[in-house]
Amino acid sequence: MNTLILAAALLILLGVAYQSGWSKGRSLVAANGVTVHSRPQYHGAYVALWAMIPALVVLALWGLFGGGIRHDYIVSLIPVDILTALDQSGLNLTIGRIEALASGYGVVGEVQPWEQAAGDALRSFQFLTFAAVLILALVSGAGALFYARSRITARQRSRNAVERVVGVVLLICSAVAILTTVGIVASLVTEALRFFSFINPLDFFFGTVWAPNNAGTGGHYGQYGLLPLLAGTLMITAIAMLVAVPVGLMSAIYLNQYADRRVRGVAKPLIEILAGIPTIVFGFFALVTIGPFLRDAGAAIGLDIKATSALTAGVVMGIMIIPFVSSLSDDILNQVPKTLRDGAYGLGATQSETIRNVLLPAALPGIVGAFLLAVSRAIGETMIVVLAAGNSPVLRGNPFEPVSTITVSIVNQLTGDTDFTGPQSLVGFALGLTLFVITLCLNIFALFIVRRFREQYE
Amino acid sequence: MDVLAGKVKVTQKTLDQTMNPAELMDHPIRLTARDVTVHYGAKQALHGISIDIPDRAVTAFIGPSGCGKSTFLRCINRMNDTIEGAKVGGRIELDGQDIYDPKLDVVELRARIGMVFQKPNPFPKSIYDNVAYGPRIHGLARNKADLDEIVVSSLRKAGLFEEVKDRLSEPGTGLSGGQQQRLCIARAIAVGPEVILMDEPCSALDPIATAIIEELIDELRENYTIVIVTHSMQQAARVSQKTAFFHLGNLIEQGDTEDIFTNPVNKQTQDYIMGRIG
Repeated sequence: MNTLILAAALLILLGVAYQSGWSKGRSLVAANGVTVHSRPQYHGAYVALWAMIPALVVLALWGLFGGGIRHDYIVSLIPVDILTALDQSGLNLTIGRIEALASGYGVVGEVQPWEQAAGDALRSFQFLTFAAVLILALVSGAGALFYARSRITARQRSRNAVERVVGVVLLICSAVAILTTVGIVASLVTEALRFFSFINPLDFFFGTVWAPNNAGTGGHYGQYGLLPLLAGTLMITAIAMLVAVPVGLMSAIYLNQYADRRVRGVAKPLIEILAGIPTIVFGFFALVTIGPFLRDAGAAIGLDIKATSALTAGVVMGIMIIPFVSSLSDDILNQVPKTLRDGAYGLGATQSETIRNVLLPAALPGIVGAFLLAVSRAIGETMIVVLAAGNSPVLRGNPFEPVSTITVSIVNQLTGDTDFTGPQSLVGFALGLTLFVITLCLNIFALFIVRRFREQYE
Repeated sequence: MDVLAGKVKVTQKTLDQTMNPAELMDHPIRLTARDVTVHYGAKQALHGISIDIPDRAVTAFIGPSGCGKSTFLRCINRMNDTIEGAKVGGRIELDGQDIYDPKLDVVELRARIGMVFQKPNPFPKSIYDNVAYGPRIHGLARNKADLDEIVVSSLRKAGLFEEVKDRLSEPGTGLSGGQQQRLCIARAIAVGPEVILMDEPCSALDPIATAIIEELIDELRENYTIVIVTHSMQQAARVSQKTAFFHLGNLIEQGDTEDIFTNPVNKQTQDYIMGRIG
């Protein structure tokens, strides 16, 4: 409720400020004609921005320090003899009771008279501080409004000021994204380093046995060899690529070169729907349908294929990636200049000759880029492999056997009761960091190739 | 100044070489078009074009942008087939054979009627492979030596060989615009066509490169039937023997280039040549 009032008040202030700047701008135009530097809407935005700044500063200060002030006030409401008898958790409990009373909720047990009094006092304190903050924000905003309005003259460069503020706002938005990334990487690195204080990095990166002692019994941590997981990940990724790249690329070629407009209008959205299916559904599909099917098909030709295996997970992951490969390849084929195609046709090349000899070579770097992006998606994919790969972290080369992947092991180590003090759970960060570095390198390489390709035809 | 002088020289040479109408009579008709119409979807782009194009001469199509001259050119080797929604009506014959005959192989047709495009469009391959591409797909060379010879002679005919002979394995896209366009001409010649269609071949080139290409077109006329679309009237006057003026999808006037430029019959042609429309 309070937040709504606050937001409404700020919006009204914003509207009034904009209107006031705009009308002053209008009157300047009426008086001076086109010699006014900025258009009225820029003057409006200028005044509105000025009015918002102090109001937001007041609110931000309250947000930062309000909680502490309120906490101290509540503590001061508790009688001294009771306060001294309370430990930290008892204090938090008491504060919670007073807050509940203040906001009118019921509390467990009998309400002491001093608790009731404190609750009432807190309620009026909250109302007063809210009113004070609101009025302070509005008054300072209004003050800034009048100051900004008084600055508006025919020569006032409001447009430049507004554009600068817009630039700063956009900068802040992108900074949020960048800082988040940096924060995630930093936490990955620090936690991974903590893991390496338990386990020798050499044993982690080059170990061939994955056997974490999750129960923590017997005083040893178990073995954390990355290689079985990495091998499983790469095997599944390779199978997925074997499925996704031919199918995706050929469907892109068909849609781009052969399909007429009506077919394309239906087929393209349908393929893109495939991209919208949640991966857990794909995993389910792998577990229930594809796995048993592959097992039976293998049995029919004398192959021992497990229902949950690298093959099952890889095939389904490949199907999942098809739309990704096909829509990226389609974009890249579209970027090959039409004049090149015309040139080949003009020489009497057939459609398939044109595609093989001209279109694909011209699009190849872009297609390689798309391929690498697809690989990095496959490596990071989790749900399908959790359900369909069989979770068997053993180093072996047979795709018909169950395997485990980096992502699956992260899930296994971090779900359940974890306390992040031993290597059993911290290994998740080391695995995550490994995964991150692999996909980052792939993405950078892929983007590099795609970009080089784009420059070629601009 | 040298460069300018060179250009003027070229211009004068080509003007001197313009054949007189009597000479043109000796050239048999290679291509005939009768009532050719083109629709792009619901929009009609050409309204019944009828024209005869003589052998071993340059025929120029002129007219303002959007007049249908390129559209008509693309009908002659059926390049409009590759445009979705394009429908061609009427009849076009090459040596008396209907090129829109369903039994006719369009691949073979395009091998006989080569094309050079507005923007130089070398393939992202080496210079050698660009020229060798056509002979390879049509199986024109029995062995490597044959292919080498076709490539060299095509580059020679396109006047490019001396400039690129030391870097045949370098990418064709690395050449200058004018060189790229001559590479595209060499690529078209390599297939051994009888007719060469040129769609504003100089519009992306500077005046010097343009002069070189124009000179080349004049040489090629000895052996090929050439149809050139151009938005430049001066170019039409310099390189062609026959000229056809298009306007709003209609063929307004056609005839010997000299007549069209000195004594146009139609008022619209006159206006265009005088620079009043387009």
